[in-house]
Amino acid sequence: MTQNNTVADSFTDSRTNVALRVREHILRMSTNGGAFTGASLSCADIIVWLYTSFLRIRPESVNDAERDILLLSKGHDVPALYATFVECGFLDKGRLSHHLSAKDHIYWHPNQNISGVEFHSGSLGHLLSVGIGMAIDKKLRSLPGRVVVILGDGELNEGSIWEAFLTASALGIDNLIVIVDRNWFQANVRTEDLIPLEPLTTKFEAFGWTAHVVDGHDFDDMDNVLGSWRLIERTPQVFIANTIRGFGVPSIANRADRWFCNFSDSEVEDLIQELHGLSLATLTSDTLSVR
Amino acid sequence: MNPYEELLLNLVEHDERYVVLTAENRGHMRTVPPKLGNRFIDVGIAEQTMIGVAAGLASQGRIVITHALAAFLTLRPFEFIRDDVGIPNLPVILVGMVPGVLSDANGPTHQAVDDVAIMRGIPNMGVFCPSDIDDFIIGMKVITRLQQPYYVRYIASPSVVEHRPTFVPGESEVVIGGEGGSFDVTILTYGYLLRECVEATHYLEKQGLRVRLVNMRTLDPVDTSMMVRAANDSHLVVTVEDHFATGGLRTILAETLLDAQATCASFHVNIGDRWFTPARLPEVLDVERLSAKHLSQRILSVLETAHVEH
Repeated sequence: MTQNNTVADSFTDSRTNVALRVREHILRMSTNGGAFTGASLSCADIIVWLYTSFLRIRPESVNDAERDILLLSKGHDVPALYATFVECGFLDKGRLSHHLSAKDHIYWHPNQNISGVEFHSGSLGHLLSVGIGMAIDKKLRSLPGRVVVILGDGELNEGSIWEAFLTASALGIDNLIVIVDRNWFQANVRTEDLIPLEPLTTKFEAFGWTAHVVDGHDFDDMDNVLGSWRLIERTPQVFIANTIRGFGVPSIANRADRWFCNFSDSEVEDLIQELHGLSLATLTSDTLSVR
Repeated sequence: MNPYEELLLNLVEHDERYVVLTAENRGHMRTVPPKLGNRFIDVGIAEQTMIGVAAGLASQGRIVITHALAAFLTLRPFEFIRDDVGIPNLPVILVGMVPGVLSDANGPTHQAVDDVAIMRGIPNMGVFCPSDIDDFIIGMKVITRLQQPYYVRYIASPSVVEHRPTFVPGESEVVIGGEGGSFDVTILTYGYLLRECVEATHYLEKQGLRVRLVNMRTLDPVDTSMMVRAANDSHLVVTVEDHFATGGLRTILAETLLDAQATCASFHVNIGDRWFTPARLPEVLDVERLSAKHLSQRILSVLETAHVEH
């Protein structure tokens, strides 16, 4: 690998500023058809941290055999990924304005027509097993790369996830890292009100994984907890990243009805003001929209 | 080692891209797993995980051969096959055990009699239904090099005919009767029932009928030219399959003749719109009227009652 490091080496701006701009991009994608705004805002900091501070991948090394691989299994949060791609040089900023247009490939779920996307998703519960396959391939080739899979906490309702958790530990896939975006919501309701997941750490440990808890909005904590990941032989590791759905924008945060949002253009401008700590937005759009 | 194990070992030994997966199904490969080393992976009884793992491996340049009972392989992880293998068109081979009547006494949960219909419904997916172990091995040697997903009905039964050694997806083989001429009956079939059709054809020939018997080999892509030719040069076209009436060879013939704006007198032998009676295989063939004796009598009966000219 020519550049066996992260994009951070060529970075001058702070991760906080990057994350702020990522949230602006997410809000600007939440109009003219809308986006999964709440879900994207919850994992924005995790994705920014991964690309600036952890993943050994750069725009020029997206096909390098020695790269790390990131998979978004909860694919509807893809605005956070594309926004991070823009900020890290993987994607031209102008293409975000093609959101939901047939002239580009920037739609509600990730797809490999976008350089840097490793595998498409959309239906929940798929990419943990796909990630196991990719991690096995790296082990067969004795490659150093790691496979990171981001799962939603609502996604943990899917049986295929638990099947794959069992198989990964049985096969000793130690170059596999799972991050759970633990925003405590699934599409329309709080996770604990529907299919309670707690105690989640205990569950993962019972499945043979080493489990960690991290603040998914705190870069320093991610540095300390995720950043100190070291390979534990034959043991996959999971990081439960506590997050808030809609984090950074109070009018969206922690609301069951703001998972998918389709705001007017003026509301988006107001929400960006809100993001920067200025006046709260006044929202009149009907945002209770389930996809 | 059986011939299939020898094929797997040969592929893995000579090409590092091949990986063999199973969802804890090893009935047809008891000996070879240790010889395949770390390119044999048993994911446990977890068909969804197996297909996801296969897709992940294939996305990185591997060619993955997966195994489970045909009913479980096609149905439990169907969405994984469609989404993770079909959409990206990855070289994952799905080898389904005991398809069709071969599940004999297991009962309806184990009956893959809708597998052709649902697998051929997936864009990019090929469907290969060999009639015996020789046919299977001849085809697998080609299919495993095609760089596309394929569903294969596994069969280990000994051969009753000599197969054409060349295998081309979408090309059938004429087993009896030759390519040209005119026929009283052309029988189109695939899979295990070819053997019954061979015996039935011999019987019909003894009755003075000109019969052509065709082994379809692949159902997707399918030999449409043979189907149209049969419609044009045969008084009666018969499809014989251990599959539901919907979605298999009967449906494919109908679609093909519609597209070609062709028509013919036809008769269709299949499982119907229900599951077959579970029993030991010879009894299944008898009670479901799929044996050579039943087939020949049913075809003769159609020829007589339908007043098909011959």
